[in-house]
Amino acid sequence: MTRYFTDRLARYVVFISATVSFIILLAIAIFVFIDGLPAFKEIGVFEFLFGTVWRPGQGQYGILTMIVGSIVVTVGSLLLAIPLGIACAILLAEVAPFRVRQFLRPAVELLVGIPSVVYGLVGLVLLVPAVRQLGGNGFSVLAAAIVLMAMVLPTIISISEDSLRAVPQSYREGALALGATRWQMISRVLLPAARSGIGASIVLGMGRAVGETMAMIMVIGNSIVFPTSPLSPARTLTGNIAVEINYATGVHESALFATGIVLFIFILLLNSIAVIVFKRGASAQNLT
Amino acid sequence: MVYVWGGGVITVLILLVVIGYVLVQGLPGLTLDFLLTPPQGGLSGEGGISTVIVSTIYLVAVTIIILVPVGLGAAVYLAEYAPNNRLTRLIRYGVETLAGVPSIIFGLFGFALFVTVLHFNFSILSGALTLVCLLLPTMIRTSEEAIKSVPYAHREAALALGATRWQMVSRVLLPTALPGIVTAVILCIGRAIEETACLYVTLGGSAAMPSSLLSGGRTLSLHVFYLAMETRAFDKAMATGAVLIITIIIINTITNWLSYRFQKRMKGTS
Amino acid sequence: MTIYNQACDCGKISARQVDLYYGNFQALRNITLEIPQCAITAIIGPSGCGKSSFLRLLNRMNDIINGVRVGGVLQLDGVSIYDKTIDVVDLRKRVGMVFQKPNPFPMSIYDNIAFGPRQHGTRSRHNLDEIVTRSLQQSALWDEVEDKLGQSALALSGGQQQRLCIARVLAVEPEVILMDEPCSALDPIATLRIEDLMRTLARDYTIVIVTHNMQQAARVSDMAAFFMMEEDRAGTLVEYGKTSQIFTNPKDKRTEDYITGRFG
Repeated sequence: MTRYFTDRLARYVVFISATVSFIILLAIAIFVFIDGLPAFKEIGVFEFLFGTVWRPGQGQYGILTMIVGSIVVTVGSLLLAIPLGIACAILLAEVAPFRVRQFLRPAVELLVGIPSVVYGLVGLVLLVPAVRQLGGNGFSVLAAAIVLMAMVLPTIISISEDSLRAVPQSYREGALALGATRWQMISRVLLPAARSGIGASIVLGMGRAVGETMAMIMVIGNSIVFPTSPLSPARTLTGNIAVEINYATGVHESALFATGIVLFIFILLLNSIAVIVFKRGASAQNLT
Repeated sequence: MVYVWGGGVITVLILLVVIGYVLVQGLPGLTLDFLLTPPQGGLSGEGGISTVIVSTIYLVAVTIIILVPVGLGAAVYLAEYAPNNRLTRLIRYGVETLAGVPSIIFGLFGFALFVTVLHFNFSILSGALTLVCLLLPTMIRTSEEAIKSVPYAHREAALALGATRWQMVSRVLLPTALPGIVTAVILCIGRAIEETACLYVTLGGSAAMPSSLLSGGRTLSLHVFYLAMETRAFDKAMATGAVLIITIIIINTITNWLSYRFQKRMKGTS
Repeated sequence: MTIYNQACDCGKISARQVDLYYGNFQALRNITLEIPQCAITAIIGPSGCGKSSFLRLLNRMNDIINGVRVGGVLQLDGVSIYDKTIDVVDLRKRVGMVFQKPNPFPMSIYDNIAFGPRQHGTRSRHNLDEIVTRSLQQSALWDEVEDKLGQSALALSGGQQQRLCIARVLAVEPEVILMDEPCSALDPIATLRIEDLMRTLARDYTIVIVTHNMQQAARVSDMAAFFMMEEDRAGTLVEYGKTSQIFTNPKDKRTEDYITGRFG
């Protein structure tokens, strides 16, 4: 009977579809690795990672400046985004009256969907000239950090808000019944209870920040220098790849792939940290 | 308390600035002419975005045609067929990890595999295949949730009537989960439109009308980037940005409406 | 220990020393009984003693649970149900099931009833129309829905939904109908209607019903099987026989205690 045949066929087809993801992951690892390995061989891992000069024309491939650039911009954006994000999440989950929430929640969701280039555009047109007033030519890590903050903020807000909402009502009531003020209840009971979810949102935001490319290119100046002050330009790892890949050849091209490998590993590390943070938080609440 | 409200205020401010500014600056430029003429290139950035719109639609269509069967198949497997063993864990690990890979690395991968090794060159095909890899985890996750949210009772009823597994899936599960699945597809469409980094290195920058799968092209997001970086035509960039924002708003609204319909359907009419 | 009477010599369904394990937990021990054709057999007993689990053995719905193991012999018309060569899909066509909570598909009334026949290959609109009409008439729902077959099944009342589910099962022309506490989610009036329906259906179908409601079992069934849980939580068959005998003159003291409401 044909329907038994279809049943059998279906089982195989869906299984193969499911393995595609894993195959793609493997393929990415393989291709990026294969294309990046020659660089490590030619340049040497140490020299590559810690070299301070990136001048492909003269055969120098040190990405330290860009590692620092990426870190500075990410950390800067998180320093701004985390307090703001948590504040807004608390607002949405606990404090705001219904009308405000009705307006704000969809607004945050909208922000999540805005393309990065739009953020970059606004940064370019509004932020850079503003920073220019403070010194330098405006293209700076400061501008980049602010733009990145705006991009990471919605992610932190929406996930943190969900975590806060998920805290059982009994915690709130218990705290208030003991005579705590609203703020004390929030800061001493709610936030620690939602710690794992908030932590996860931060790590997710961090991942987005490190991986952001186009908006960074637009406002950070792309100079290959160490960012010594918020007003100095810099270049991120991601920006480096995007800007040079179109015309790079040979070892240069390989070095860009090698940069990709570094980025890949970095993100994997971040994900592992996320798993640990989440597990620790969850077990502390006896959830696992 | 001041802290909390302050946070909210600043967030709203950001919202207003980013979306509001672009809309205010961009909407005036959104004439029919703008939408229907191709971009002229050059430092002044003359012209409109007709070819860009076509490229975007073409790219997203090809991507979705490949993405939906594969993603849906994987979601069905994970929701219904997968046994609780190591292979399944491996597959899930693949999906989760893939979800965390930054877009530029998909770009590198696409550049290495589709553009170079497979000789598709900078083309809609390369871009679409790269987008499929990027969006697969999203499609799988959202579809799987939709399928899992169908009440267990329906599965039982179908099996008890003598349906085969696949009949139960295709005649009861998928139709019931359809609004959720459609939401997943629309979500992926939205993300495809806003993607830039991985397309930057696989699509090429051609502003011409794409004639085939192997032509290069430019999406709306990429066009904003090129306008901003290569020309002084910030007004055109703003206008294109406005188109993007409006598209996202429409997509969000449709998604929310579909979710609402999904809830209603699960509970029957009224 | 099992003490049973036989209503006739060959049961439509016969169970001999049937055990059921979920992983390491034994849910049923040494169940032996013969279920007669074209009669209503009720399975009664306190909560958790494996009544539903036994019922689900009869159409192999337990197969979808991981780690299930079945021992002993279970036969339909003399052929083992758990044989490797048995087509489970066909078995479920011959042995239909109605669940405790009505579970119509989120489709129209027509599509709900037509679902079974469609899966088994019936395509022609004419045939399906006939089947739908017939099934709805058999389940005493036709008069109430004949002009709104295209409406969503979820818009019906609880009692109507359950009759719809019965019609849905009838549409695949089973030989046996299993009912797992079919009235427990319904109001008394709907319950009585379903009980009437059962009696009508028993003329042509073999019916096995699990029920918590002793009065219902006494009202409706021809044979009754009393299950109980032993100390290790495994369910066993305590007594099985004609309903009239079980309720007026039970042979086992435990049966008598349950019937008279001393526990359960």
